[in-house]
Amino acid sequence: MSAAEASTQRDSFGALETHLRARRESGAKLLVPYVTGGYQGWQRAVEAAAAAGADAIEIGVPFSDPVMDGPVIQQASTAALADGATPASVLEEARELDTGVPHAVMTYYNLCHHQGHERFASALLDAGVCAAILPDLPYVEAGPWLEAAAETGLEAILLAAPTTPEHRLADLCGASRGFVYAVGLLGVTGERSALARTATEIAARCLAVTDRPVLTGVGIGSPSQAVEACEVSDGVIIGSAVVRTLMSDGPEAVGELVASYRTALDHG
Amino acid sequence: MAAETDGHTPGSRSVMGEPTPSSRSVMGEPTTDGRFGEFGGRFVPETLVAACEELEAAFREAWADPAFVAEFETTLRDYGGRPSPLTECRNLSSQLGVRLLVKREDLNHTGSHKINNVIGQALLAQRMGKTRLVAETGAGQHGVATATAAALLGMECKVYMGAVDVDRQALNVFRMRLLGSEVESVQSGSRTLKDAVNEALRDWVATVENTHYCLGSVMGPHPYPWMVRTFHHVLGDEAAAQCKDLTGGDPDVVVACVGGGSNAAGIFSGFADGDARLVGVEPAGGAAVGRGVPGVVHGMTSYLMQDEVGQVMEAESISAGLDYPGVGPEHAYLAAIGRAEYPSVTDAEVVEAFTLMSRAEGIIPALECAHALAWIVRAAPDMQGQTVLMNLSGRGDKDVDQMMDVLGMHGIVS
Repeated sequence: MSAAEASTQRDSFGALETHLRARRESGAKLLVPYVTGGYQGWQRAVEAAAAAGADAIEIGVPFSDPVMDGPVIQQASTAALADGATPASVLEEARELDTGVPHAVMTYYNLCHHQGHERFASALLDAGVCAAILPDLPYVEAGPWLEAAAETGLEAILLAAPTTPEHRLADLCGASRGFVYAVGLLGVTGERSALARTATEIAARCLAVTDRPVLTGVGIGSPSQAVEACEVSDGVIIGSAVVRTLMSDGPEAVGELVASYRTALDHG
Repeated sequence: MAAETDGHTPGSRSVMGEPTPSSRSVMGEPTTDGRFGEFGGRFVPETLVAACEELEAAFREAWADPAFVAEFETTLRDYGGRPSPLTECRNLSSQLGVRLLVKREDLNHTGSHKINNVIGQALLAQRMGKTRLVAETGAGQHGVATATAAALLGMECKVYMGAVDVDRQALNVFRMRLLGSEVESVQSGSRTLKDAVNEALRDWVATVENTHYCLGSVMGPHPYPWMVRTFHHVLGDEAAAQCKDLTGGDPDVVVACVGGGSNAAGIFSGFADGDARLVGVEPAGGAAVGRGVPGVVHGMTSYLMQDEVGQVMEAESISAGLDYPGVGPEHAYLAAIGRAEYPSVTDAEVVEAFTLMSRAEGIIPALECAHALAWIVRAAPDMQGQTVLMNLSGRGDKDVDQMMDVLGMHGIVS
């Protein structure tokens, strides 16, 4: 799909993108925490994160082979699966959430493929989820999924990487819905001691070819790194830092963590 | 026979997709988006898409360069020991009532067919300017082969191996370390081959600029299934010529074990356009074709053992090299179109075949290949008088420690 086709395919933006655009226009930097669904206390963690100023929530649906995730999220996924978490149980619990902000699901493509694109998208929408991120389904393979998601009204978020060639980037950003997920570094999810140079480079490259919100994720592990990333980017996704806090200090501590990012982004 | 290693038969070049009539081979080039029928593709994180494209371009360019092909073939001959012989197993033949021919990939340097692919990929990586190799390994044969190639070419090497396999293949772990490679014991998931693949992919996502992922089977994202099979095509070509010399034609049946399926792909590719029956033997506890449904993991669409919601199941087999819940996409395709069949055998049958071959022929097979023989033993009553070619893809030295426990326990060997 070309960028032109993609931009004419939908006249209006979905719930997630509408919300993020409005927040961006109000001058805010966007903050999207990730929580592993099915992990003990995950619903309270989501509510605490929303109350602490998250603009949207990413809910992880645990998969047996999370190839894009580092040790922290792997550990949480494994624990959730061992506790019996399934895509259906996580979505059932997600349906019970009332956070006031949009929810997106992050999981791996086989769970979508196994259920069938349309049924998977519909199940998400039924659970009050408005968008999905499938990190092992790259743009070059995403055609059928993008079509099915558009048909059902689910926002399919695509990832752009530092290695994405220029000739593909505009089309990719054009085809993404909700926001563009700019992968901040060459690597899997996890906190790093410093923000990678690639984080601001990829965000700048994306923003040069799209007016869609661009959020940077992977490798952001402190409020000051989030502020640094947002010197270019529209916002950040924080995953491993949130999940590590959930695992070590429980759901209420997640609220405090997210509040520290919110404060830094609002005043940093 | 010797001519087969330095010449390009039309068949051997056809798999490279040259615009020849034979490029419409049953085992020809995949589509431009890496599909064999509905299987294959490039389902990797966006970070790796460009690396796969770069690899595909480099492979096409290198394989069209006679100097590269000559270096590959010379290295396989002078370093790897090719061509490998074809052995007529007279004792087993008379016991089973079939004419059993065995392709001796166990006699290659490092003890298995894996060296073919590894030499090809390491030379290609070097040509691409990469300085580091990462690999996954199950039984350790691919890890040892990769460590060997890294030592030969002066490259850095890290091998990921599931913790369960590290325990049951201690000899190969030591060999890899002796060869100068780092071996990381993978503690995630089922701690076997599939988790080693995940960990190697995670490494590659982070190191793609200087690192080549030396994938060990006909699996993963395009171009790996096609490229790995192409590097193993030599064994199928050799076997076809050797069978012709010995028997005047193709065998009736070609049999190989299948985990990811690289040795089977190599030998099948020598016969796929003929009439021989092609049989890939899976372990009962890892029967991706037999029990799997289409799924997507490790970069490819293929048959995959998964639960009712799509979580990937853990394979369980006596052989670490076949403990894989998926299978290469071209095998899924060959099964779907009915060109090859994929029965499975139990661990008990495998143990019996392992002992049988050792005693009847004086050849200790790798447990993986004992799967192929186990099926031949079972199916022999229906194949009386037929010529059966089996790919003996590796030697059993690595398994003797494990088998001392198994056989000692059953009182077969005291």
